[in-house]
Amino acid sequence: MVNPEPLPVAAKKTRGRRFKEFWVDFGRQWGLQAMVLPGVLFMIIFSFIPIYGLSIAFKRYTVIDTLDTAPWVGLENFRIILEDKYFWDSVINTLGISFFKLAIGFVVPIILAVMIYELSAGRFKKIVQTISYLPHFLSWIVLGGMLITWFSTTGLFNQFLLDLGLISKPQNILLDANKYWWIATLSDIWKEAGWGTILYLAIMAKIDPAYYEAAKIDGASRLRQIWHITIPNMKTIISLNLILTISGLFGSNLDQTLVLMNSQNREKAEVINSYVYRMGMTQGDFSYATAVGLGVSIVSVILLLLANKVTGKLNDNQSVL
Amino acid sequence: MNAKLRKQDVDGRVFNAVNVALLLLVTIIIVVPLWNVVISSFSSGRALAEGGFIFWPQELSLENYRAVFNDNNIYQAFFISVAKTVLGVATHVFFCAMVGYALSKKNLRGRKLYVAMGVITMFFSGGMIPTYLLIKSLGLLNSFWVYIIPALFSYYDVVILMNFFRNVPDSLEESAKMDGAGDWRIFLSIFIPLSMPVMATIALFNGVGQWNDFMTTKLYITDQALYPLQMMLYEIIVQSQTQAMQSTAGSAVIETTTKGVQLATIVITTMPIVVVYPLLQRYFISGMMLGAVKE
Repeated sequence: MVNPEPLPVAAKKTRGRRFKEFWVDFGRQWGLQAMVLPGVLFMIIFSFIPIYGLSIAFKRYTVIDTLDTAPWVGLENFRIILEDKYFWDSVINTLGISFFKLAIGFVVPIILAVMIYELSAGRFKKIVQTISYLPHFLSWIVLGGMLITWFSTTGLFNQFLLDLGLISKPQNILLDANKYWWIATLSDIWKEAGWGTILYLAIMAKIDPAYYEAAKIDGASRLRQIWHITIPNMKTIISLNLILTISGLFGSNLDQTLVLMNSQNREKAEVINSYVYRMGMTQGDFSYATAVGLGVSIVSVILLLLANKVTGKLNDNQSVL
Repeated sequence: MNAKLRKQDVDGRVFNAVNVALLLLVTIIIVVPLWNVVISSFSSGRALAEGGFIFWPQELSLENYRAVFNDNNIYQAFFISVAKTVLGVATHVFFCAMVGYALSKKNLRGRKLYVAMGVITMFFSGGMIPTYLLIKSLGLLNSFWVYIIPALFSYYDVVILMNFFRNVPDSLEESAKMDGAGDWRIFLSIFIPLSMPVMATIALFNGVGQWNDFMTTKLYITDQALYPLQMMLYEIIVQSQTQAMQSTAGSAVIETTTKGVQLATIVITTMPIVVVYPLLQRYFISGMMLGAVKE
């Protein structure tokens, strides 16, 4: 019979030795460790401490408290959210704008990419690409300033409609709350559609030209070639993008909102992000604002998982993520 | 057979014509509004008040630019914008490359833990308020360093650099080690020069981000002396929006003065982006691939 006792001792020994080896190696690598540790320190301070700071969503935090002395209130803040009319208004606006952006903004880059792909290589193709990528690099503040200029009563937009005889009196549509969702959506498309084509174009460049040759011989028209060759080849990237877009439904563009929102269109322009900003930064209700932010991120994660499952089913049961 | 091919040929020509026409329309929709902003910025206050032009102003004038440059704030804001972009990009790229280099070594002790931490930072964040409280307790409110320090590190960029460093042949490093070079020496004199294209891509996109960023200022800065151009422009916009709402009564003159200043500031704020744009273009594809990895 073998005595079972020595085994754990031996295990302990190797664990101890391993521990020692670790630090010996660590010491030998001090040059490399000195490179990585600032990064680790950064992550602890700038990522993990704020994650820990999410705990104020379950507390009543006021200016005189520190994070640890603030009293716990459990789910109190979340209960208030459920009854907060302004919060639900911001949810409706967020979802409304997101659906507009999804319904229109998701397809436009795909169509644009196909159109650019169908152009024969040459100067025109380059010009189209150069120009359509440019707006992506303008900040939302700059674009907001431009939009305000274009939509002002003496601006480009009103001038254009007057010239065409579509309106008789100039009107600033940025002050019209009911048009805000359209303005937010279309300005976003104007800015990002061109840039959105790059990834699609990179994928399309990898499609084997032999497919098109074969289709041509079979007498397929250009539109049929697009439908039966180009689009199916982009299935994976399109569904991946779709998942990401859906998981971002509760997200919104804070820069865009802050620059385009005014007292006249606020009822339709206030989104969750800007509401968190207003409650937290303007009104100083840190706990409540954090609770709103946390609640929405949890819902977003659930959406991401759901979207992944659904598109996985559509995509022959292959999960894209 | 011949007829079928001919039909296809005609079909293709129609398709091309329609395609080119539509894309021409797309470029017009992008170019005309931009052009309109530029020429409006060069037009006189009176012409702006009357409106009525799209391609060319009635009265060409530099008065808007004169008004902007008469205000000392613009020089200050321009300096802050340049300083935060240059310093921010340089420190960000170096910091990420340093961490990425260490993480690219498979035998690095504790590597698994470091990578796990990095992945967590990609998917979770404390959000606006907890981050604000942290910045506040670090004493970074109303400090220039709030533009630099929290922007030092991005795990996405670390991963990109790490993957690049991994593909550098081991032989280079081994021969340097034989010559007695240490880790820092190898990193600085072999790996950094080799990775210039990747670093340039990261630097350019990070630089555009720094230049265009205004949320950092909005959240953490109240001292006007630290405002970059974007924030200055934002203040002008908010001001002119308020006036636009009140102007129904007839303060059109004030409105157009701020409008002119706003337009000129927009053009000045965007100029640097337009200047580096041709340079940026060389890195579009690689930049988008970085974006794909990021997503």
